[in-house]
Amino acid sequence: MKQRIISSWHDFIRLSKDPLLLGVILLLLISLVLFIIYPLYKVVVVSFQVDGSFSIKNFTDVMTYSNGYYLKALFNSLLMGVATAVLGTFIAYIFAYSLTRANIPGRKFFNLIATIPIISPPFIGALAVIMLFGRNGFVSATLLGMQNANVYGPRGLLFAQVLTFFPVAYITLRGVLESISPTLEDAAMDLGGNRFTIFRKVTLPLSIPGIASSMLVLFVESLADFGNPLVLAGAQFPILSVQAYLEITGMGNFAKGAALAFILLVPSVSAYLLQKYWVSKKQYVTVTGKPTQSSNDVVSPTARRLLFVVCCLIAAVIIMVYASIVWGAFAESWGNSSKLTVQNFVYVWRVGFESVLDTLAIAGLSTPLAGTIGMVIAFLVVRKRFWGRKFMEFSSLLSFALPGTVVGIGYILAFNQHPLYLTGTLLILLLNFIFRYLPVGVQGGVAVLKQIDPSIEEAAIDLGADSNKTFRKVTLPLMIPAFFSSLIFSFVRSMTAISAAIFLVSARWKLMTVQIMSQVESGRIGAAAAFSLILVAIILAAMAVIKLILRLKYHTTSSILSH
Amino acid sequence: MSVTLVNITKIFTDQDDKSKEFTAVDSVNIEIKEGEMVTFLGPSGCGKTTTLRIISGFEKQTKGDVFIDGQLVNDLPANKRNSSMVFQSYAIFPHLTVEQNIGFGLELKGIKKSQIKNEVDAIMATMGLSALGSRQPSQLSGGQQQRVALARAIVTKPRVLLFDEPLSNLDAKLRDQMRTEIRRIQQQFGITSIYVTHDQAEAMTVSDRIMVMDKGRIQQLGTPFEIYSRPTNHFVADFIGRANFFKGMVKKIDTELTLEINQKEYRFPSFNKDVKVGKRATVVLRPEGLKIEKPNDQAFYNGVVQEAVYLGSTVEYQITVKGRTEPIVAISYNPVKEGLYRVGDQVGVSFDAVSAHVIS
Repeated sequence: MKQRIISSWHDFIRLSKDPLLLGVILLLLISLVLFIIYPLYKVVVVSFQVDGSFSIKNFTDVMTYSNGYYLKALFNSLLMGVATAVLGTFIAYIFAYSLTRANIPGRKFFNLIATIPIISPPFIGALAVIMLFGRNGFVSATLLGMQNANVYGPRGLLFAQVLTFFPVAYITLRGVLESISPTLEDAAMDLGGNRFTIFRKVTLPLSIPGIASSMLVLFVESLADFGNPLVLAGAQFPILSVQAYLEITGMGNFAKGAALAFILLVPSVSAYLLQKYWVSKKQYVTVTGKPTQSSNDVVSPTARRLLFVVCCLIAAVIIMVYASIVWGAFAESWGNSSKLTVQNFVYVWRVGFESVLDTLAIAGLSTPLAGTIGMVIAFLVVRKRFWGRKFMEFSSLLSFALPGTVVGIGYILAFNQHPLYLTGTLLILLLNFIFRYLPVGVQGGVAVLKQIDPSIEEAAIDLGADSNKTFRKVTLPLMIPAFFSSLIFSFVRSMTAISAAIFLVSARWKLMTVQIMSQVESGRIGAAAAFSLILVAIILAAMAVIKLILRLKYHTTSSILSH
Repeated sequence: MSVTLVNITKIFTDQDDKSKEFTAVDSVNIEIKEGEMVTFLGPSGCGKTTTLRIISGFEKQTKGDVFIDGQLVNDLPANKRNSSMVFQSYAIFPHLTVEQNIGFGLELKGIKKSQIKNEVDAIMATMGLSALGSRQPSQLSGGQQQRVALARAIVTKPRVLLFDEPLSNLDAKLRDQMRTEIRRIQQQFGITSIYVTHDQAEAMTVSDRIMVMDKGRIQQLGTPFEIYSRPTNHFVADFIGRANFFKGMVKKIDTELTLEINQKEYRFPSFNKDVKVGKRATVVLRPEGLKIEKPNDQAFYNGVVQEAVYLGSTVEYQITVKGRTEPIVAISYNPVKEGLYRVGDQVGVSFDAVSAHVIS
């Protein structure tokens, strides 16, 4: 212990010779504490307090409320989490396996289709479910002639969540399958295994850690999901994140809302920690010296055809979802009239133009900040030794695990009094977005830096550069691809965010997502669809611009959707 | 510019368990003269690279002083020491062209663009890089990257040039070529240089002096000739080249040393100071110092050929001898004249006392 203190002290002394570095580290540590840890702390404190003293009364109240309504919400949330995790991972695995192993035609197309849901707002799935399977739904009413089809409840929600989150699983599993050298399968075949045995005994066991990891990630995403359940869950099938929101904005009961948020936090953080510290360490790395040539013959022609058909079906569903959004945006009255019109866009222009500007301003300001801070944190965490380094890494990545609802409640609890009175300001939205979407930059930056030989930076120092110049002239340029992909990610997330932001918007600062949500709730499906379309168009335009900058200025064409 | 290390010691503490310590460098003293090229040679983990990194300023010594050109530089950070390192991985900046890489250090010094261009062009001409100025590092071969790294280090006119196993990533042929080139350029510019390697052939070709290290300590400091033919101890004799060791008892020391081996007395002109009369000592005999002949009573040893590797100009023999676990290794030159022995043949082994050396 004493040794540790002494060595921390030495670290500090060493850093104090570089005041700029020390200042940056201190500023970042303070910010992380203030904008990630402190709101979380407030949620815990408020939920465990009644009249200023420690109590678990809020929890007992919540659990016994209305014949265990909230208990049911907890159960439903966990159920949806497990179901989404299993189904989403299953579909994603089929997709990823078909694309990396089966050599099916149209792989680029399928890959594109699978990544589309990533750049769209998280409640597009819910909107599409209503448009396709709802009372006036295209499939339910028009095609099947059903009267009063009810999509509200677990089935509709499961469809929406799987659609929304399976791309995350797909990207994880694709990476895992790509890293399994095909020569292993060739070797197994060479040893006399038939194709199905090879899949069972080699490919599947090697991808188990990836599958586990993908399930945990989907579980966390589903628990944290707010947009889909708000639209689709309905009163009969309460979901925890929505109930916590209603408890606060509907009834103004902060203590109970905080208690619900805390209950939501426990399984999310547990699953995240399990994924980060246990499953991810079990990942197999199959190291081979040279890029390996494979006959790519591990899938029989019959299986290949079958997989192709399955992929086509999945792709068809996704296309149908997006087609319905486009169609809905131009339809005069969804389900009643098939006439095409632009009146939805005119309406959106009238009521929503302000929110478009606000959203663009907020996303446009927070994105570069989140990206830059992410790179700086990645650099410090990988390359520097200082007191608080582990904390910096942990807290900056923690947002991955925190459901937006919890963060949103934490922010209104933490920043509604002096000296940190921020309620209703632009600043609170900016801070929330910056620190929520920091992890991607940190993670991407860390991954890049670990591949850069430290001697490259030493070479710069050796030639006379100080730490500031070394970072600016050598390290940062090498991190550019990671920087831009984190920009894209946090821009997309900022544009489509709702779960935390819905607590922080005000009359002065409006977000498109929240506006879309209220259109859905008031039944203006066409307007919501038109609004969503505009949102996706803005995102695509921004991505195109960033890609163009990358190509022209840095000559890289790194796959920016690979995170 | 001279480099002087006084009592340099480096102790690493375990990052996880701070009570665990490891002495990487143990009381190293050396004076490197201006324009000299000294090699730190030793097995991996012997402390050679750590010593180099202490000179460059990337590591801070636990104890001792570093002087560059008489100036104490203990508290001078790496970027102010005016030393240049050629890294094992070359550490070429992947986002800069060849020219930009070489000019990087000059640019940091705030030198005018036109002058940078002149100096970069000049060094590229010397290094045979002129045609590659606008290339990206990814378009260079290993040997070319090595040249760029060397050019980048030299162009800033450093007080001392440091090489951290610079050739270990090259193939054998290129390695031979580059080591002569490094030596040529070092002598042409007359830069004081320190060269770290675990490859003794490399050390032999490039160095004025070699510092052999093991377990953090200097084992021997001397010219390549001294290191090879007059090793100070068993480790050096064994690490540099191949050696046969024969134990014996010291009978007498005058101008020569008399050693009793296998109940016979032999006289050796070359021996270490710490060898004492009445104590045991070891004679070091290199394979090329032994002669293979027909078995005879005057022979040092008589034995049986266990292995014979014919390489054209030489033959390498391994000879098993009664009472010795290790076979004797001998190299016979000009086998056409000396005759060829086959596995299983009875042979005698004799030596020339001039090529032997006695250690304690």
